Amino acid sequence: MRNPQLAADGSLAHLLTLEGLPAEIIVGILDAAVPFASISERDVKKVPLLRGRSVFNLFFENSTRTRTTFEIAAKRLSADVINLNIGFSSTSKGETLLDTVDNLVAMNADMFVVRHSQSGAPHLIAAHLNRTGRGHVRVINAGDGRHAHPTQGLLDLFTIRHYKQDFRNLTVAIVGDVLHSRVARSLIHGLTTLGTAEVRAIGPKTLLPTAVQAMGVQVHHDMRTGLAGCDVVVMLRLQSERMKGALLPSAGEYFKHYGLTQEKLAVAKPDAIVMHPGPMNRGVEIDSSVADGDRSVILPQVTFGIAVRMAVMSMLASS
Amino acid sequence: MTLPDAEQTLAALVETMRGAVAFDARFIGIYSGGAWLADRLAQAIPGDHPVGYIDVSYYRDDFNRTGLKPAVKASEIPFEVEGATIVLVDDVLFTGRSVRAAINELFDYGRPAAVELAVLVDRGGRELPIEATWAGTRLAVARDVSIVLSRDDDGRLALSTEAAPEAGRA
Repeated sequence: MRNPQLAADGSLAHLLTLEGLPAEIIVGILDAAVPFASISERDVKKVPLLRGRSVFNLFFENSTRTRTTFEIAAKRLSADVINLNIGFSSTSKGETLLDTVDNLVAMNADMFVVRHSQSGAPHLIAAHLNRTGRGHVRVINAGDGRHAHPTQGLLDLFTIRHYKQDFRNLTVAIVGDVLHSRVARSLIHGLTTLGTAEVRAIGPKTLLPTAVQAMGVQVHHDMRTGLAGCDVVVMLRLQSERMKGALLPSAGEYFKHYGLTQEKLAVAKPDAIVMHPGPMNRGVEIDSSVADGDRSVILPQVTFGIAVRMAVMSMLASS
Repeated sequence: MTLPDAEQTLAALVETMRGAVAFDARFIGIYSGGAWLADRLAQAIPGDHPVGYIDVSYYRDDFNRTGLKPAVKASEIPFEVEGATIVLVDDVLFTGRSVRAAINELFDYGRPAAVELAVLVDRGGRELPIEATWAGTRLAVARDVSIVLSRDDDGRLALSTEAAPEAGRA
C-alpha cells in the first residue's frame, strides 16, 4: 500500500509522519516557513491564503500549546477554526472515530488537525478519507501516541537550520525519555533524512527504545560522553503520565544523572544551542539557569512553530 | 515581436515621473522585477524615497488553482505605511490582479494617504479597473505571450518574451 500521506504524483496530501518523507518535501516545508515567520511580526498578522476554509482541531488528548499554535497558524491564514476537545469522553456516547470524522466531513471540513493517544489514529483517518474518495480533506498529525509528531519535528529542524544552517556537519544530541517520545522519533527521522552528521540519544537504558540504533542513532548512557562536542542539545520532557512500572528511581535521581545543568553543558561546543519541545519540568530534565540562559532557543522554537504550521497548512490546502 | 530596450524604457519612465512624485513618497516594489525597478527609481527621482518590497503570493486570487509558489519572499516594508504616499512599482501591468493583491497587502500594514502605480510596461488586457499613474511604455501584446523582465550580474535590465503558462494570467 502506498503511504497515504503522499499523493499519486508524490506531492504531500496529508502530513502523518516524517518517516520516509522525501528530503525535498521536508526542505520545501522549511523554505516555505521562512516568509511566514515575518507575517507574525506585522501589525496585521493575517494573510488571506485559507480564507473560507474550515480547519477542525480534533484533539482526543489534552494539549494546550500544540492546539493553540495550530489555531493561531490557521487564523493567521484566515481559515475558520473549530476546536473539538474530545478528551477522554470521546467514546462515551459510543461513536467510533471514523463516524466522528464522517460527521465532520458532512459539515464540510477542509482539514483535520488530529491528536490522539493511540499511535496510528491520524493514519487511519487519512486512509479512510483517501479510500472513500474524500482525500481532498487533509489530515495533519498533531501527535499520535508514541508514534510521531511531525510538525514538532519540522519546527525543531527549522530551529536547528535557523541557528546552524547546514545539517551535514552537525552533531545533535537528544536527551532523556526517548522511549515515550514521539517528538524524538519525528526529529530523528527528519535529521537522518537531511543528512545530519551524527545523531545521539542519551538516557538511561530504561528510557531508550531497544532498537533505537536501527534509526541511525549513537546511544550514550552518560551525559559527559554524550554531550561532548555537540552543536545542538535537545532535551525531552520526562513523560511521567505515560510511564507504567518502575522505569526510574525518582525525579531527583534523574536530574542528578540526566538533568541539563551549566556544568554538564560545558562539554558541548561553546556555541551549542539548547532546545526543548515543552512543557518543561524545571529541576527534572533541565536546570533553570540553562532553560533561561543565553544558549536556550526554547522560546524561539515556539514562535517558529507557528510559521512551520502555516507552511504545512498552506501546502496541504493548495496541493 | 521586438521589445523596447529596458534601460531606455526605464529612462523614459524616470522622465515622466520627475517632478510628479511627492518628495517624500515611499516606493514599494512588487517582487521580483518591481523590486529591482523600485531601487532604481528611488535613486533616480529627486527626493527622499525609502524603498520596501512586497511579495503578493499570499494575496493572489489564483492560490486555489496554482498553489503555493516555492520561492515566496518575505515582504519587507521598513517604514510606516499609515498616512504615507506610496508608489507601487511593477515591471509589467497586464490583468491588474497582482496590483490588486499588492494594494490588499499594503492596507494590512496601514492606511496610506495615497497609492500611485509606476510600471515599466503597460501591455493592456486589464481584468480589473486598475490603471498605471506612470508607464515607461505601452505595448499591444497577444494574451498568450508573457513579457519578462530580467537583470544580469551588472544590474542591467532586459525585456524578453515567453509563452504564457496559461492564457489570461499575468
